[in-house]
Amino acid sequence: MSYLTVKNVNKRFGGLKALNEVNLSVEKGTVHAIIGPNGAGKSTLLNCFVGRLMPDTGIVDFDGVSLLGLKPYEINQVGVSRVFQTPEIFGDLSLIENVMIPAFARRDGAFRMHGWEPVENERDLRLRAMDMLADVGLAPRANDVAGTLSRGDKRRLELAMCLVQQPKLLLLDEPTAGMARADTNATIDLLKGIAERGLTMVVIEHDMHVVFSLAQRISVLAQGTVIAEDSPENIKGNPKVQEAYLGGAHL
Amino acid sequence: MSATVKDNDRLLLTVFVILVLAGPIVLAPIGASYPDLLQRFAIYGVFAIGFNILFGLTGYLSFGHAAFLGVGSYAAVWMFKLLNYNVIPALVLAVVVSAVFALVIGYVSLRRSGIYFSILTLAFAQMMYNLAYSVLTPITNGETGLQVYTDDPQWLQTAGSPTTTNLFGIRMNEVFWKPEFLGFEAQFNYGYYFAAVFLILAFYIALRIFRSPFGMMLRAVKSNQNRMGYTGLNPRPYTLAAFVISGMYAGLAGGLLACMDPLAGAERMQWTASGEVVLMTILGGAGTLLGPVLGAGFIKYLEAIFSKVNETVLQDWFSFMPDWMGDALSFVISPFVGEGWHLTLGALFMAIVIFLPGGLIDGARQLGRWIGGGFGGGDRKPAHSPVPAE
Repeated sequence: MSYLTVKNVNKRFGGLKALNEVNLSVEKGTVHAIIGPNGAGKSTLLNCFVGRLMPDTGIVDFDGVSLLGLKPYEINQVGVSRVFQTPEIFGDLSLIENVMIPAFARRDGAFRMHGWEPVENERDLRLRAMDMLADVGLAPRANDVAGTLSRGDKRRLELAMCLVQQPKLLLLDEPTAGMARADTNATIDLLKGIAERGLTMVVIEHDMHVVFSLAQRISVLAQGTVIAEDSPENIKGNPKVQEAYLGGAHL
Repeated sequence: MSATVKDNDRLLLTVFVILVLAGPIVLAPIGASYPDLLQRFAIYGVFAIGFNILFGLTGYLSFGHAAFLGVGSYAAVWMFKLLNYNVIPALVLAVVVSAVFALVIGYVSLRRSGIYFSILTLAFAQMMYNLAYSVLTPITNGETGLQVYTDDPQWLQTAGSPTTTNLFGIRMNEVFWKPEFLGFEAQFNYGYYFAAVFLILAFYIALRIFRSPFGMMLRAVKSNQNRMGYTGLNPRPYTLAAFVISGMYAGLAGGLLACMDPLAGAERMQWTASGEVVLMTILGGAGTLLGPVLGAGFIKYLEAIFSKVNETVLQDWFSFMPDWMGDALSFVISPFVGEGWHLTLGALFMAIVIFLPGGLIDGARQLGRWIGGGFGGGDRKPAHSPVPAE
């Protein structure tokens, strides 16, 4: 059964057709990668899932709910979390606060006025946030200001912020971009561990090493159109993909 | 870590309460221990603390908060006119009415952020100023200002009750103790202590908000509103709640001003008054707990000092010098004093923003670190800063 269903999605920016009749079907509990050359429309597509962009036409359904027209916070409350290409974190706040905020959002919904009891009294949430930071290897820096982290650490923090919410669907926009090889491998291991627990993920990625280590299913996007959707093995051997993606070179 | 934060806060609160209660003595050596100025310190402290909840935490810079100050004053004076000179109903109405205004203005203005938000709040405040000044004359008494007249109904006024603002018989303008203190005169006044109770309460509530999950969310708004949305939080109700709370603080301050002197004029809503609370907050240290109180006291103190100085006073100062030198000096200084004291304020503001971006509180902290070196360790709030009680 399809968990995330994208049907005939079109998005036009002025004269540019960014997405052209895009179809996508993500199964529950799988990791689905979206690959494609620069400007293929990958990030645009992801933006249509989280309420940043509204497709001109088409359907985006998740778990039986249409995501179109919902505000970003409503989509998150449905259970969709997203890691951005440029990490979006609370740079002025400490790491532990960064992770506690999403935990609050999951527990208390989009708005709840807790204006009296100090944050410290929320021991359960704090512990959960600490565990999450430990999972991504940032526990020793829990009280540092998030803005001082390196780019790779920021992305791991953002991942922790998403994971602490125990989302139903995790969207990752180039989770390893700009990371050193060692960090990339650590991130792959981390994501693999999460995937094994049955979390559904959609990953946009340039790094083929990452894609083939993680994904069970791959969609290839080129010039706003899905030119192939298949298992990694078949994608590797697909001449159409090689043509579009690497100009004929072998993957 | 959690224990030390709590301990620090307890210490901070204790020191704050002591300094506020000892205000008339602490401030006597700088010649600030007279009722009018002390009351101003406390009242504008409340105003700035409230403003800081919005601006310091969320980063939304309102340029129209004086509107709520004015609304609070008008509401309070109306209570004096209709009921009697008791301050309690006046303050209750002041806070309620300003909350309603803040809800409406906040709801509209918070649809935009950044400069557009500032302009919207400024526009609202100017509209209210003009309404108060002319159109709504029946309610506000226009140019003259709202005051209590002998033919006002005052339904609850009985023969024996005081004819000035009072708390169940305790007159706000009464000085109950005038001790000599190290050669300075200190004036203990009921009005100041009444306002001081609210200042302490206002400070305590702000402290709770700062440390609460709500306060954390407000800082998250300032830090990254996008991420907040993608995290499943709706920033709007958070900012609106902060706006209404700070509007209520402003209304309370406006009500307190009327309690000390039962007058309300439109000029209290003017944009200069809105700008003043922005200056207070930034000067003291936006986003810190003590900063705004410090800033409010600093500005009100300077205002009291500099606006009193005039040509004759200057001549007096320089009388020991040769005539030409005294004349030259007073010629240079005179634009900066009296009516022109805003020039001094402007220069000081520039100096502080440039050299102490964290405000006075940051300066006090650096000074504390510089002098004290290790003692007290890495305390975040210098509880021993010079005159935070203002």
